[in-house]
Amino acid sequence: MNATTTSGTIANRKAAGGHFGDRAFKWLTLAMALVIFALILLISFELAHGSRLALHQFGWRFLISSDWDPVNEKFGALPFIFGTLVSSAIALFIAVPISIATAVYLTELAPLWLRQPLIMFIELLAAIPSVILGVWGIFVMVPFLRQAVFPWVQKVLGFLPIFQGPALSGFCMLSGGIIVAIMIIPIITSVSREILRSVPGLQREAAYALGATRWEVTRIAVLSYAKKGLFGAVILGLGRALGETMAVTMVIGNTPQIVASLFAPGYTLASVIANEFNETTGSLYPSALFELGLVLLGVTVLVNATAQLLLKTFAGPAMKPQP
Amino acid sequence: MNKQILPLLGVVMLIGQTHAQTLINGAGSTFDYPAFAKWIEAYGQHDSDARINYQSLGSGAGQKQLLNQTVAFGASDAPMTDDAMSQAPGKILHIPVLAGGVAIIYNLPGSPKLKVDSDVIADIYLGNITKWNDPKIGVLNPGLSLPALPIVPVHRSDGSGTTFICSDYLSAVNPMWAKTVGIGTSVRWPNVGVGAKGSEGVAGQVKQLPGAVGYAELAYADQNKIPYAEVKNAAGNFVSPTPASVSAALANAKIPDDFRFSMVNAPGENAYPIAGASWVLVYQQQQDAERAKKLVAFLKWAVTDGQKISATLDYAPLPENVQRRVLDLIGSIKY
Repeated sequence: MNATTTSGTIANRKAAGGHFGDRAFKWLTLAMALVIFALILLISFELAHGSRLALHQFGWRFLISSDWDPVNEKFGALPFIFGTLVSSAIALFIAVPISIATAVYLTELAPLWLRQPLIMFIELLAAIPSVILGVWGIFVMVPFLRQAVFPWVQKVLGFLPIFQGPALSGFCMLSGGIIVAIMIIPIITSVSREILRSVPGLQREAAYALGATRWEVTRIAVLSYAKKGLFGAVILGLGRALGETMAVTMVIGNTPQIVASLFAPGYTLASVIANEFNETTGSLYPSALFELGLVLLGVTVLVNATAQLLLKTFAGPAMKPQP
Repeated sequence: MNKQILPLLGVVMLIGQTHAQTLINGAGSTFDYPAFAKWIEAYGQHDSDARINYQSLGSGAGQKQLLNQTVAFGASDAPMTDDAMSQAPGKILHIPVLAGGVAIIYNLPGSPKLKVDSDVIADIYLGNITKWNDPKIGVLNPGLSLPALPIVPVHRSDGSGTTFICSDYLSAVNPMWAKTVGIGTSVRWPNVGVGAKGSEGVAGQVKQLPGAVGYAELAYADQNKIPYAEVKNAAGNFVSPTPASVSAALANAKIPDDFRFSMVNAPGENAYPIAGASWVLVYQQQQDAERAKKLVAFLKWAVTDGQKISATLDYAPLPENVQRRVLDLIGSIKY
C-alpha cells in the first residue's frame, strides 16, 4: 500500500515538471555532459581539418604504407599503428594479472593493518610523472632488463619468434610495453578494488555457508559476480596504454618498423607525434602528423568498441551471480 | 576582498609604469635557447628599457610564428626554404648569430680517444659497419685495440637542428647517404640502432650502453663528460670539436649574400667538419619603429659583445670576417 502511494506522488511530481531547482539542476548536468560530447566532436573536427592535406595526398594508402620519410614527404602510419597495438597488448598482458591479483588480495585476503599502506603505495605509483618514469627507464630499467632479464627470457622462450633476434640495446618494444604496464597497474588495481568492495558481503557468506573454500568463494562469489566491472577496469587501463606517450618514447627505441621480435625497437603513434611535431616545416609534414592523431583517435575508438562487444558476447549480463 | 586586492593592484601598476619597457618577442630554436637566456639576462643591465622574451619552441615553430607575424623575430637552426619564404608577407633576413659543433659521442670500455672519418660515421648509421673491431675503424686508430663489440648507433628521434647538421654533413660527404636518407630535422633513419628523445636521451643511452655511438651538441657532451671523437676534416686533419675549431670552419665557409649557408665539411686546416650556424629571422621592413630600433640594437650587441658570453657556453664565436658582414646585414633592417 505504502509503496503505491509513494510512487504515485513521484509520478505526480514528474507530471508537474518538478521544482524550479530540480529542473535547473537537470539542465545544468545535461549541459555539462554535452560539453564533453562537444569537446570530442571539436577535437575530431580539428584533427580532420588539420590532416586534410595528407588525407587528400595519400588517401587510404596512409593506413597501409610503412614508409615514413620526412625528407621526401612520403608518409604512412602502419608501423606506428602496429607499435601502439603491440606495446598496449604487452602492457595488458603484464598488468592485468598483477592488478586483479593485487585487488583481490587487498579486498579479500590482506590483514586490515596492511591494506591502507599498500593502497597508499599503489596510489603513489600512479602519482609518478611519466617523464620521471622514463628517465628511470633509461638508466635503471632498460640496463637491468638487458643484462639480467632478456638473456634469460631468450634462453627459456627463445623458440618463440617474438623472443628471437639480438636484444642489443634493450630499447625495444618489450621495454616499452613493460613501462606502460607499470603505468596502468595503479588505475586497473584501484578500479578493480572498488568493484570488488562493492560485491555484497552476503554473497561471500552464502558461499561459505555452502562449505566453499576461500579460493572457491573468491572465484565463484566474488570474481564471477564482478567480472563485468573488472573488464571495465581493464578497458580503462587499455585506454591509457594506447595514448601513453612520454615514458614509452624514452624506452621503445623509436624506429618505425614491423618485425616479429619484441627485442627490436618499435614506435607508437603518440610517440612520433610528440617527437616530430615541434620541428615540422612545410605543410604536408605537419598535416601527416595531424592525420596520425586522427588515426590514434580512430584506433582508440575501435579498440574500445571491440572490447565492449567482447564483453557483451562473453561476459553475459552484469551483476548476476552464477549458480 | 577588494580592499585587500586594490592596493596590491596599485603596486603592480606602479611597477609597470616606472619601467616603460619595449617588449620584443622571439621564438624558435631550442639549440639557441641557452645563449638567448644568458644574453637576455646580460642585456637587461645594458639596456633596461628593452624586454626580450624568447620561447624555445623549436626551429619549425620559430619559422611558423614569424610567418604569422606573432613574434618580432624567429630563430632557426635550418635556413628557411624558398617555398616557406614565398609565403612571407615581406622579405626575411637570415642573420647568423650562433654557430656550434656536433660531437660524435661513444661508449667504449676504457674510453679511448677515437678517430673517425666521414665514411666510418655514415657506414655506422647506414648499418654497413656493425662491430667496433671493423678494419675501417681500425685503420684510423692504429694504436687502439678495439673490441668485437656490436655498435649500437643512437640518433635523435625528435625533430632537431642537431640532426639537421649531422645529416647535412653526411649528405655532403657520402653519396649513398645523400641518395637514401638526405637532409632534414627528422630523416628516415636506416633501421639500425635506436632513436632517443632529446640530447639528454641520446647522451643517456650512450652513457649506459657499452658499444653505443651517438651525436650531440658539443656543450652537451662536454658538460656530461662523455668522450667524443676527433673527426677527419676536408683538409685531412683529425680535429676535435671546440669553439675555436668551429669558428675556423665558419671563417672558411662559403657564405652567399642571403646568408643561407651550410658550413659542414668546410675547408681549413683546423676546421671541424660537423658544425652549423643558427639564424635569427626578421623582416627587413619593420612595422613598429620603436621596437625595431631596440631589436636592431640588441642584435648588434649579440653578434659583438654577446659572442663572448655565448662562447662560455661552448658556442663558437663569429669570426671577424663574418661578423663584419653580419653587422652590415643587421644595418639593412628598415624602420
